[in-house]
Amino acid sequence: MSNGTMNLTLKVWRQNNATERGRFETYNAQNISPDMSFLEMIDVVNEHLIQEGKDPIAFDHDCREGICGMCSMYINGRPHGPKQGVTTCQLHMRSFKNGDTIVVEPWRSAAFPVIKDLAVNRSSFDRIMSAGGFISVNTGNAKDANTILIPKDDADLAFDAAACIGCGACVAACKNASAMLFVSAKVSQLALLPQGQVERQARVLNMVKQMDAEGFGNCTNTGACEAECPKGISIENIARMNREYLKASMD
Amino acid sequence: MSSTPRIDSKIPTGPLEQKWTMYRSTVPLVNPANKRNLEVIVVGSGLAGSSAAASLAEMGYKVKVLCFQDSPRRAHSIAAQGGINAAKNYQNDGDSVYRLFYDTIKGGDYRAREANVYRLAEVSTHIIDQCVAQGVPFAREYGGTLSNRSFGGTQVQRTFYAAGQTGQQLLLGAYSALQRQVGMGSVQLLARHELLDVVVIDGKCRGIIARNLISGALERHFGHAVLLCTGGYGNVFYLSTNAMGSNVTAAWKAHKKGALFANPCFTQIHPTCIPVSGDHQSKLTLMSESLRNDGRIWVPKAKGDSRKPNDIPEDERDYYLERRYPAFGNLVPRDVASRAAKERCDAGFGVGASKMAVYLDFAANTERYGRVEANKLGLQNPSKSDVMRLGRAVVKEKYGNLFDMYKQITGEDPYEVPMRIYPAVHYTMGGLWVDYNLMTNIPGLYALGEANFSDHGANRLGASALMQGLADGYFVIPYTIGAYLSGEIKTKAIATDHDAFVKAEAQVQERIQKLMSIKGKRSVDYFHKRLGKIMWDECGMARNKTGLTSAIEAIKALRAEFWSDVRIPGDAMNFNPELEKAGRVADFLELGELMCIDALNREESCGGHFREEYQTEEGEALRQDETFSYVAAWEYNGDSAYTLYKEELQYENIKIAQRSYK
Amino acid sequence: MAQYKSLFSGSVGQKFTMGLTGLFLILFLIVHVSLNSLIFLNDGGASFNAGAHFMSHNPLIRVLEIGLFAGLIIHIVQALRLTLKNKKARPLDYAVNGGKFNSTWYSRSMGILGSLLLLFLIIHLANFWLPTKQALIKNTEHNTYTNLKQVFEKGYIVALYLLGVASLFYHLLHGFQSAFQTLGLNHKRYTPLIRKAGFGFSVLVCALFAAMPIALHFNILD
Repeated sequence: MSNGTMNLTLKVWRQNNATERGRFETYNAQNISPDMSFLEMIDVVNEHLIQEGKDPIAFDHDCREGICGMCSMYINGRPHGPKQGVTTCQLHMRSFKNGDTIVVEPWRSAAFPVIKDLAVNRSSFDRIMSAGGFISVNTGNAKDANTILIPKDDADLAFDAAACIGCGACVAACKNASAMLFVSAKVSQLALLPQGQVERQARVLNMVKQMDAEGFGNCTNTGACEAECPKGISIENIARMNREYLKASMD
Repeated sequence: MSSTPRIDSKIPTGPLEQKWTMYRSTVPLVNPANKRNLEVIVVGSGLAGSSAAASLAEMGYKVKVLCFQDSPRRAHSIAAQGGINAAKNYQNDGDSVYRLFYDTIKGGDYRAREANVYRLAEVSTHIIDQCVAQGVPFAREYGGTLSNRSFGGTQVQRTFYAAGQTGQQLLLGAYSALQRQVGMGSVQLLARHELLDVVVIDGKCRGIIARNLISGALERHFGHAVLLCTGGYGNVFYLSTNAMGSNVTAAWKAHKKGALFANPCFTQIHPTCIPVSGDHQSKLTLMSESLRNDGRIWVPKAKGDSRKPNDIPEDERDYYLERRYPAFGNLVPRDVASRAAKERCDAGFGVGASKMAVYLDFAANTERYGRVEANKLGLQNPSKSDVMRLGRAVVKEKYGNLFDMYKQITGEDPYEVPMRIYPAVHYTMGGLWVDYNLMTNIPGLYALGEANFSDHGANRLGASALMQGLADGYFVIPYTIGAYLSGEIKTKAIATDHDAFVKAEAQVQERIQKLMSIKGKRSVDYFHKRLGKIMWDECGMARNKTGLTSAIEAIKALRAEFWSDVRIPGDAMNFNPELEKAGRVADFLELGELMCIDALNREESCGGHFREEYQTEEGEALRQDETFSYVAAWEYNGDSAYTLYKEELQYENIKIAQRSYK
Repeated sequence: MAQYKSLFSGSVGQKFTMGLTGLFLILFLIVHVSLNSLIFLNDGGASFNAGAHFMSHNPLIRVLEIGLFAGLIIHIVQALRLTLKNKKARPLDYAVNGGKFNSTWYSRSMGILGSLLLLFLIIHLANFWLPTKQALIKNTEHNTYTNLKQVFEKGYIVALYLLGVASLFYHLLHGFQSAFQTLGLNHKRYTPLIRKAGFGFSVLVCALFAAMPIALHFNILD
């Protein structure tokens, strides 16, 4: 374990609320241990800001173990920072060097309005889910679980798609702020399972319609979403969603 | 002193196996037309909250859901890794409802209610059916059937799982059911809203005061019933495996309005967490209990051995769990495993830089898996490195995401060197006291999931939290709420300009103002960390009279300091995370004291509660069944004043015995 | 029936249009590059001129030509609409953009590459298509091969064409496989093949397109 601490310069986006204009502010982060997570580094900066009587940097975070999908920082031009396959809370300061300047911005998308500083409102994702991201089965209607046999490969593929944590890094990474990876992951999961067949067509049409209504951009297949997704959700899901959409539209 | 609440657990009469069935067939119902006029507020959107809200909305009730996160999907149930228990007996290994019931009572060290636990075991099988129907992608065998694994404290394989992300998949299932109801307009979703008080009118809970965390505005919400599904209070220790936002505030506000708080000192310390790396640490990360299926826990036999783990030969390693508990070995319940780790470290055998860690080693099982794979491939006399390579692939498929997470956090590769682990606060068995209906002693106010105290006694078995959360939400509350609401069909929605709402809001407003006006010198975290240290040192894995007595005084002093020296920047009418934290820590500063009072009162060792004065010669927990076979339910009577009510535990179907995993 | 509307509207539907017209234009490129390649028969442009004559006089081709222009216009208009919507989806851009870490520059520059292509296309049409059409209207014989040689005498025109071909190359490099992805034609086994085919196609077509002005300018053929 390294004992050398580092000093860093942070340029952080500060914005008081959704309507006010934002600006960058510069802060020094000193004596940062390489074992800290990125969020723990921000904690240190905030502790100093509070001591100085200044407003600490607002940011979203909760589980700090990479699964809740709440943390959302755009660090040096990349959602969740320079390391692939991790969320901001799992990015550790050993990924940076002493003297680095780090620029931190919020997710930028018309469908994710800024609440304050680095915290954005992602309820558009919830509304997309409400439009069709479910299987309509009321509690108490289920038959014995093992009467539905699912080939392991299908179950595994469905799981891979279901691993999405809804953080929005795909939208943040996409040059068009498109939400196709998020939507396609849910469409794929349910299309791959026998339980999802009944509502298969309505689901994809309704979810895409809601996605458009929320003001997300269009997919141009750059693959940035897949590269930056902390859970490695594949853009094969987007192709599958397109296929599902095509079938549903023609039926 | 407030009026004496009756401790009536309302357990149905009749034989244990018939109680729930009979109850369901005889509980009063509410007709569909009346359901439309009955409003239910669900606070919290984890497994219990989401499943309850979705199920109640499906039945026709008007439901409101609040969560402090930006989306219901982020509730901390999402972080549960290992699995969910159910008495399906798909493995044909002798499992049954009775056995799950028995394991849970025994695992809880005979401090849980028989009737509740039996019901939990009964409905466990339906949970799996429901989740599969929703499209939860559980792990499967090649034949397409569901796969199981084993967990601590049991000798059958009854744990269903989805890689190391079972909680995530179950929550997303419940969340999708919830969002479906939101889309249909039967649920109103209020994300980024935090409950700051419950409103009681004529002795019944009639609503809540909530703060919109984006605008800072206070809101009044009426409900015929209020369900608190707000999780546990492990964050009182500052460092825990809970999410940063997990808090006791909702339960504590209810407690201060008269709801009894039961067994607050019952805390689960999980044995396999990544050790603390420094003062900057903001939270601890769990390594799933399922790892104990395939990992062997050991420390060096020699004190202070500073060799690298791979340089320590086999015969110089102490596999202390296998040594002490040959029958269960590495799969003893969590409280036992945690204490054993602490014992070794305290005795000077700990490893790593801090010496406060033990090894969790996968080498033996990696090799075993590798040999199986080599046989499958028909390899004759494979080299050790080939065997390990093949074995690693198997381990990767089972635990890949956990191993990656470990590497991410520690910078060490667990495929090459053993993991270093140490116990950490994980779950709280205590919570709001509820009766068989999951109702607190305030009519109309319910507590579900980790927020209540009911099912796990003094120690929870692994993979049972998910089971309880979903059992409460999907299969218990939809029936039991009818018992109360059927009597409320004539109650019209109460206007929120009612005096009780106005007064409650004014009190909340006043408290916020008070917090904002202190303008002291210290941050909220400063106080939280200090509280955490007191709690961990004196009310953690081992407790004693002297320590607890001093902790109570220390917490009181810290609380006074907090209220005169905390500094909250910004203003109350804006998004202000520091203000949110301050309110929660203020409540923890009161709860911590009650936990110590409860721990001091309980002069016995049971489950996660280990009083050093009460142990066997071998250092095992020593219960005092004669005097402490009861639920300690505390009533709040003003600052630092609590009254104890006892709910005696009756064991009619299980013979109480000294717990043995040897 | 109402669902058919969704086939061409909304983000996914509009993308289908892009993909389909894109593939249609790719088909045209095959025809075009085949025709061009006739000059390499080195018969003084005889075969080439015959081909060109067929292309400009065959009634079926002339109908297809209208389709081609329609496809091109739809491709362009749809691209503009999508681009405008994409811009609206991110009103305020990032101060630091790390696109280079997660995607190729040309996949992010389809709009610019397409615009360059359009400019090139206007020049290209003015150079060759217009004279052919004028001859057709005046009912005079037009020697396309001679026309070619005249145009490519000028070095700056050759440079311009090479720039156009380069734009086409990168546009195709992303567009070819992207069209398949958009139409949902994705498969574990076949997608890598499609990617390889797309690369091969882009290299081959663009190399042949580039070879023509170079060959004519430097009189390699005669």
